[in-house]
Amino acid sequence: MTRFSFLALLALTLLSAVIAVTVGPADITPNEVWSVILHHLGISSESPVSRLRDAIVWELRLPRVLTALGVGAGLALSGAIMQALTRNPLADPYLLGLSSGAALGAVSFLLLGLSLLMPLGAFFGSVGALALALLIAQLLGGATPSRAILAGISIAALASAATSFLIFWSATGDSYREILSWLMGSLSGSTWSDAGLVCLALAACLPIILTNGRALDAFAFGDTAAASLGIDVPRLRWTLLGATALLTGIMVAIGGAIGFVGLVVPHAVRLAVGSAHRKLLPHVMLAGAIFMLWTDTAARTLFDPRELPVGIITALIGAPVFLAVLLRYRRIT
Amino acid sequence: MSLKVSGLSVEKSGATILSRVSFSAPAGRITGLIGPNGAGKSTLLTALLGLIPATGKTDFDGIDVPQLPRRDRARLMALVEQSSTTEERLSVRDVVALGRIPHEAAWQSGCDAEDEAIVTGALAEAGMTGFATRRFTTLSGGEQQRVHVARALAQQPRLLLLDEPTSHLDIRAQLQLLALLRLKAKAGMTILVALHDLNLAMRFCDHLVVLSGGRLAAQGRPGDILTRALLREVYGVSARLVPDAVSGQALIIFDEAMADGAGQIPD
Repeated sequence: MTRFSFLALLALTLLSAVIAVTVGPADITPNEVWSVILHHLGISSESPVSRLRDAIVWELRLPRVLTALGVGAGLALSGAIMQALTRNPLADPYLLGLSSGAALGAVSFLLLGLSLLMPLGAFFGSVGALALALLIAQLLGGATPSRAILAGISIAALASAATSFLIFWSATGDSYREILSWLMGSLSGSTWSDAGLVCLALAACLPIILTNGRALDAFAFGDTAAASLGIDVPRLRWTLLGATALLTGIMVAIGGAIGFVGLVVPHAVRLAVGSAHRKLLPHVMLAGAIFMLWTDTAARTLFDPRELPVGIITALIGAPVFLAVLLRYRRIT
Repeated sequence: MSLKVSGLSVEKSGATILSRVSFSAPAGRITGLIGPNGAGKSTLLTALLGLIPATGKTDFDGIDVPQLPRRDRARLMALVEQSSTTEERLSVRDVVALGRIPHEAAWQSGCDAEDEAIVTGALAEAGMTGFATRRFTTLSGGEQQRVHVARALAQQPRLLLLDEPTSHLDIRAQLQLLALLRLKAKAGMTILVALHDLNLAMRFCDHLVVLSGGRLAAQGRPGDILTRALLREVYGVSARLVPDAVSGQALIIFDEAMADGAGQIPD
């Protein structure tokens, strides 16, 4: 049953990807998409479509679709892991301030002229924000859900203010607008190298994440219970939080601060497959990818020719879900 | 197969929580851990599990427990915490299956047939078979506690530690739980259980370890050590011990709390 639902979701992901590539101002059929892909992979020699259409598929839409899939998978996984490790149903890279920290790191590196190292800056930013959030929650006397969120809010506010100041200070004209739209969360202009970086980050983190699914189950009743089941709690916690900080950092460097994906997707998937992480995490990964792909497809087509930052759509969906989760878990917050 | 603890000390941020506590818990017996709030009962249990830094020796059946790798230790001993709950969407069976984690191979993709059989057996022993598919969070406190006991049994430990497992249970559930522990002890399991209710401790424990202010106050057979003097000294209460007409065992009748300071009679 689990295997079946996973395979069904995998098929849905692939199907979504092909359909999403055909969606847009230029009408392109699935057949054309396949032939362009086959052509570029060197399987069929001549391209059956015009140069322009080939470029739309290969240079614009495919890298964007792949980037969206990867960013969605990464953010959703980060959310699921943070929720398990902190026993906090409201944990999400965006709500705990990681995304804002990552954005600050990315913008700092960008304005320092280190645009190539921007993902590294984002990683530093997200790690710093995470450490700070956990520290503040600890100072408040233990990381309860509401304390962690409050800590996250203060960090997000601080990091956003610093980011805005940096942009105000040094960016001008076009770059100003571009950075602002990226900050709201946008995958426009994604390139193959963006897609490659996202996939690389996922490839680095997935083995760690997926092999620790069972250990995450042990956290259901807290740290002491996990430790009594033979789990090395501090090591697992830092390994997995490090992986989520890396994922969040890279995803923010590519797509900006896209919020709520890590909240909406894991909660929806839990309703369907339950909380057992070995089952949950692979489903969350694919569901996150599909969710991001379709919200991004909506973002680039709804107000064509203008692009809506996809972060606005995820927030429109995510904020009510946040409230629903808050109401559901009101006892513990 | 008995548990022998010697010179166990725990310090937390400068304060001494446990000070050179030495005791033994005989194999295949229920040993009760008693003492007033703050005596260090929970700390003692978590220290035995190696979950907090501690000094001293813990030996179980010739095994140097602190030296054991985590997983091996989790196969040797299990802990039932004082009412612990979750927000996860887990079925009762899922929760009990957590007890198989220390036994599962890293590459194993879930419980295998043998694990499933053990989980089924543990559910039956704890009387929770009918609840297997229920969501854990929909259970009452007493039912949740029994699920935790089933989880600990699924761990197949030789030493079972329980931290005030009866504190949220009604009297029937308390008696059921203690009867189950009896059964497991008869089957050879060594059991160390922190208890609040001294009459239950008197009735169900083969051996008692009394903690007071982080030190060992007494240990031995319940009938021998639960005396008026000890109750006054450790708990600061005046009490009488009255023989039960049916069993002949002593019952403790508590009369009154003694004035502050009266409990601390120097020895």
